[in-house]
Amino acid sequence: MDHSCYHCGIECDTNRIEFDGKPFCCNGCKTVFEILSGSGLSGYYELEKTPGISPEVKAGKYDFLENEELQHRLLDFYDGEMAIVNLYIPSMHCSSCIWVLENLQKLDSRIRSSQVNFPKKTARITFRSALSLKALVMLLTSIGYEPHISLDDYEKKKHSTNRSLIYKLGVAGFAFGNVMLLSFPEYFEIDEFWLNQYKPFFRLIMFAMSLPVVFYAASDYFTSAWKGLRSGILNIDVPIALGIAVLFLRSSWEIFSGTGQGFFDSLTGLLFFLLLGRYFQQRTYDFLSFERDYKSYFPIGITRINTKGQEEPVDIYKVREGDRLLIRNEEIIPADAILIRGRARVDYSFVTGESDPATRVSGDTLFAGGKQIGEAIEVEAIKDVSQSYLTQLWSNEIFQTDKNTRFRDLTNSISRYFTIVILCIALVAGAIWFYLDASKAVPVITAILIVACPCALALSAPFTLGNMLRIFGRRKFYLKDAQVIERMAAVGTVVFDKTGTITSGKGNEITYHGDTLARNEASLLRSTLRNSNHPLSRQLYELLDSYDILTLDHFNESSGKGVEGVSGSAKVRAGSPEFVGVSTDGAPLKTTVHIGINEKYKGTYTFYNKYRHGMAGLFKRLKKHYDLAILSGDNDSERENLEKLLPAGTRMFFEQKPDDKLEYIRFHQQEGSGIMMVGDGLNDAGALQQSDVGVAIAENVNVFSPACDAILDAEKLDALDGYLSASRKAVKIIKYSFVLSFLYNAVGLFFAVTGQLSPVVAAILMPLSSLTVVAFTTLATSWVGKALK
Amino acid sequence: MSVIYILITVSLIVAVIFFVAFVMAVRSGQFDDGYTPSVRMLFEDELVEDADKNENSEPSK
Repeated sequence: MDHSCYHCGIECDTNRIEFDGKPFCCNGCKTVFEILSGSGLSGYYELEKTPGISPEVKAGKYDFLENEELQHRLLDFYDGEMAIVNLYIPSMHCSSCIWVLENLQKLDSRIRSSQVNFPKKTARITFRSALSLKALVMLLTSIGYEPHISLDDYEKKKHSTNRSLIYKLGVAGFAFGNVMLLSFPEYFEIDEFWLNQYKPFFRLIMFAMSLPVVFYAASDYFTSAWKGLRSGILNIDVPIALGIAVLFLRSSWEIFSGTGQGFFDSLTGLLFFLLLGRYFQQRTYDFLSFERDYKSYFPIGITRINTKGQEEPVDIYKVREGDRLLIRNEEIIPADAILIRGRARVDYSFVTGESDPATRVSGDTLFAGGKQIGEAIEVEAIKDVSQSYLTQLWSNEIFQTDKNTRFRDLTNSISRYFTIVILCIALVAGAIWFYLDASKAVPVITAILIVACPCALALSAPFTLGNMLRIFGRRKFYLKDAQVIERMAAVGTVVFDKTGTITSGKGNEITYHGDTLARNEASLLRSTLRNSNHPLSRQLYELLDSYDILTLDHFNESSGKGVEGVSGSAKVRAGSPEFVGVSTDGAPLKTTVHIGINEKYKGTYTFYNKYRHGMAGLFKRLKKHYDLAILSGDNDSERENLEKLLPAGTRMFFEQKPDDKLEYIRFHQQEGSGIMMVGDGLNDAGALQQSDVGVAIAENVNVFSPACDAILDAEKLDALDGYLSASRKAVKIIKYSFVLSFLYNAVGLFFAVTGQLSPVVAAILMPLSSLTVVAFTTLATSWVGKALK
Repeated sequence: MSVIYILITVSLIVAVIFFVAFVMAVRSGQFDDGYTPSVRMLFEDELVEDADKNENSEPSK
C-alpha cells in the first residue's frame, strides 16, 4: 500500500487519514481533495502525481482584507459589479497548479475566470463582487495556494511591461530580411538591361525601409551615446551610433546621387544583431524579485484594538504611536512597540541574525520585524512603521543608487580606447588619401567608420554573460542581471553572514557532557519534554526518540526556567542551571539545557549551530584565491566551532548590527578590493546592497529574500567557489572574443583604408564577424558550464 | 516587365500584413508569458469524466 499522501506526497505513517480509499497525511490535504473532487476537479491528480501543497489556514490572518481602502489598493479593477485582482502565488509549481487555478470558477460560481502566468507565478482572477476579496483569498488558501500579500502590493505599480525592445527587434528583423532580398541582385555588379531599369526603384524601397530602423529601432543607441558624451564618457554606444549615422548618411547620399547601392543591408543587419544581443541579455528570471526591501516582508494590514476594545483591521501605514495592536501567532510586529499583554516569544532571526527566539514579558520593548511565536499578544506602538529601528536601515543613501552605474563594465572601459583609435585611423587615412586622390578621401573615412562599427565587440559580452546567466540558473544560482558576472570576476574578498547562511535554519547539533543517563532516566526525561512546547525541549525530545514514553504522575513547566516531571519515585528536572541547582562556571553564552535527576545534577546538553553541508571544504577552496571574513549578528558562543571550520587567518566579527555590516563592507571597498557578501536576512540587506556582489542564500527561492544581486539555493552554497571561478572564465572568454572581433575589424579596415570596401564585402564581413563571436562565446561558455558541478 | 512593380507592391503588402500581425501579437501580450499557454493548450474539459473512470485503475505507487 502506498504510504505517501495522495494530495501532497508527504510520507504519512503515524496519523494517516483514510478517505475514499486514499491515504492523506493531514486533514488539510483531505479537505482539499474533498473540495476538488466535489467540484469535478479530480482531474488535478491525473495531470501530476501528488501535485498539492498541504494548506495551512490561520484564523484571522486575512481579516485586514475586509478593510475597504485596502481592498481598493489591491484590486486592479472594480466597477461595483466585477473586480479583477492579480495575486502572487508562490506555491504554484507544476502544470496541475495551472489547471486547478484556471478552473477556479468550478469551485465558486462567483469567480468569472482566472488566468495564470506561470513564469511570474501570478494569477489574474476576475470575480463578481458578491464574493469578497477575503473569501477569495481564503478559498485559495484552503486549497493550498496561499497568495503572498505584503506591503509591496500597497503601492500599485503600473503593470505595463516594457515591450519596446520586442517591437524594435521586429522592425529591424523585418527590414533586414526585405532589404537583403532587394539588394541581392546588385551584389554581382552585372550590367544587365532590366536590372539597371529597376535599380532606382529597388534602392528607393530599401531607403524607405531603413528609415524606421534608424529612427526607431536604433534610437536607444543614439540617446545612450549622447548621454555618454554629455557626461564625458566614451561608452560602447558612441562608436555604434557613429557607425549607424555614417552608414545611413553615406548610403542615402549614394543612392540619391546614383553612385552606388549603399549599405542598407549591412545597416539593418547590424541593428538586428545588436538588438538580438540586447534581448538575449535582458531576459532574466520573472519569478524572482531582486528588489525587495522590508516591504515584501511586512504585512499590508494589521489588527488594531480601538478605544472601545473592539478589533478592527487597519492599513499598516495608519498605525500611529499609541495604537493598540493585536499580534497573532506567526505574525510580524510592524512597528517598535511595548508589550502590554501576553507572553511574547519573538523570533528575530531574520532581522538580527540571532538564532534563538527571545522571550519578553509585558513592559518590554519589541522591535519591528520580529515574528511572534505562540499565543496572541497585545502591544502598544511607540513609533510609526517607517520610523522603526529596522525600517530606518533603508533610508541609507546606498539604497538609492543603482549598482550598475557604480561600476564600469568591461565593454565600456575598452570602448574608450577603441573609439579614439578608430577616429585616429580614419583621420590619418583620410589625410593620406586627400593627397593621393582627394575625391576618395570622404569615401575612405566613411568606410572606416562603417566597418569599424563594433558590432561584434558589442555582442561579445551580452552573449557570453547571457549564456552564463542561464547556465548558473540551471544550477540554482540566480543572478539579477548579466553584469553581476563581471563584478563577480573582480571579487577579492568573500564575506559571510553566519546564522541562516553558513548554518542551516533548521535544527542544532546537540552534544551531551556529564554522567550517562540510564535507560529509565532517559525515558523519563523524554516523557517530560514531550509536554513542553519550548523549541529546545522539542529538539531534545526528537534527539531522544529511541526511548519509551512513560506516564507522568506530575508535570510542571516554569517559564524561562525549565521543566519538571515525576514518574513513580523518579523525578527529573531540565532547564537553566539555577533551576537544576548547579553553579555556572562554564561559558554562559552557549545555549544549554542542564539535567538533574532526583535533585542531583547529571549532565548538560549543549546546542551548537548546525553548519551546512560541505562548508569546511568550501572555505578551504575559497581561501586559495580570496580573503574570507565572517560577520555575525549572533554572540560569539560559536567562535570555537568556527575556528575549527575556517582556515587560519579568517577574520570573525560577532554582534554586528545591520549598520555595522554595511560600514565594514564600505570600509574595505575603500581599500580597493571587490567584496562579495553572502547573507540571508534583512539584517544583511545593507551589506548586500553596499557590496559589489550581494548573494542571498535561500532555502526556498520563492519565499522572501532581501534585495541582492543574486539568489543562491542553500543546498548549492558549497559550490560557490565553482561559480566564482566560472565567472572569471567568462570574463576571459569575453576578452578572447574581443581579440576575435578586432581581427575582423583589422580585415575590414584593410579594405576600407585601401578604398576597396564594396557593399558586398561589408554585407559579408559584418554578419560573419557577429556570427563568429556568437558561436565562439556560446560554445565556450557551455564548455565552462559543463565543468561546473 | 512592368508587372514587377505590381509584384513588388503585392509582396510588400503581404510582408507588411505579417508585420502588423506581429505588432498586434506583441500588443495583446503574447510575448509576455512564453510558458503557460504551452501547458494550457494540453488541458481538456472532459478530463473530469476520464478521471472518474480511471480512479479504480489508479496504480498505487
